[in-house]
Amino acid sequence: MTKAAVVVFPGSNCDRDCKTAIERSTGAKVEMVWHQESELPDGLDLVVLPGGFSYGDYLRCGAMAAQSPVMRAVSDAADRGVAVVGICNGFQILAEAQMLPGALLRNAALKYVCRAVGLDVVNAQTRFTAGFAGQREVTMTVGNGEGNFFADEATLDRLEGEGQVVFRYKENPNGSARAIAGIVNAKGNVLGMMPHPDRAFEAELGSTDGATLFQSALASA
Amino acid sequence: MKARVEVFLKQGVLDVQGKAIEGALHGLGFGDVSGVRVGKTIEFDLGSADRAAAEAEVKAMCERLLANTVIEGYRVEVA
Repeated sequence: MTKAAVVVFPGSNCDRDCKTAIERSTGAKVEMVWHQESELPDGLDLVVLPGGFSYGDYLRCGAMAAQSPVMRAVSDAADRGVAVVGICNGFQILAEAQMLPGALLRNAALKYVCRAVGLDVVNAQTRFTAGFAGQREVTMTVGNGEGNFFADEATLDRLEGEGQVVFRYKENPNGSARAIAGIVNAKGNVLGMMPHPDRAFEAELGSTDGATLFQSALASA
Repeated sequence: MKARVEVFLKQGVLDVQGKAIEGALHGLGFGDVSGVRVGKTIEFDLGSADRAAAEAEVKAMCERLLANTVIEGYRVEVA
C-alpha cells in the first residue's frame, strides 16, 4: 500500500482536505505530521505541504514554516527522490525553503482571488502529470492573496527551457510571471502549485483533475 | 548593541502596495508623489559588543531569514 504524509503547520487549513483528497483518490494511507517533528514516517511515497496561513503569514508567507524542524526532513526526503507537493501556502513554503526557485508576491491587483481556473498542462511528462495523458487542459480552484509567481528573467528562461513549468494559467488571475501556476524542481520530484488539486478530486467539486494528479504522484512510487 | 534592519522589495519587483498608496496620495491631492515603496523595519538587541561582528551577524540573519533575497533587498544599521 502506498503511503503519504501531510505536514501540519500552525495555521495550515487545507491539511484535512489534502488527507481526504489523497485517501479517496488513491487509497493510500495518509499520516498527519506535526511541523515540530524532526523525522518523517518510514516508507513514504509522497509528502504534501498543504495550503493555509502557516504562522499567520508572519514576516513573509511561508518564511517561518520553512524554518520548521520538519522541513529539514522534507528536504532530505526530496533528496532521496520522494515526491513532494506544495499546494498554495505549501508552494510558498517550498520557495522560502529554497527547494524551488522564485518567490510568490502579493497579487498584482491586490485582491484575494478565489475561483476555478483553467490550466494548461505545459509538461505532461512529470511524475505528477503523467496521468493526464492526452489531456492538455485541466480545471482547479485557486484561493490566494499572494500567488503572484516571480523569478528573474534568466530563471524563468531556464524553467521554461528545462520543462520545469508544469501548469500555466489560461487567464492569469494574479499577475504571475509568464502566467506560471506550478513548477517542478530540476530533479522533477518536487512540485509547487498555487491551484488546489485537493479541492478538485470528485465530480461534486466541479473537477476530478486533482485526483489524477495525486494518482500520478503515487503511480510512480 | 541595537540593530535595525530595513527590508524592501527590490527595484524591478512590482510593489503593488506602494502603487496603491501612491494612487491614494494622488487622490488626496498630493500629486507630486512618485516611486512609493513599502518596506518593513525590524529592530532588536544584540549581545555582541563588537560592531563589525554584530553587523556581519545581522547580515547573515538577513540572508537566511529576515529578507528573501529573490525579491527583497535590505539595509542594516548597528549602533
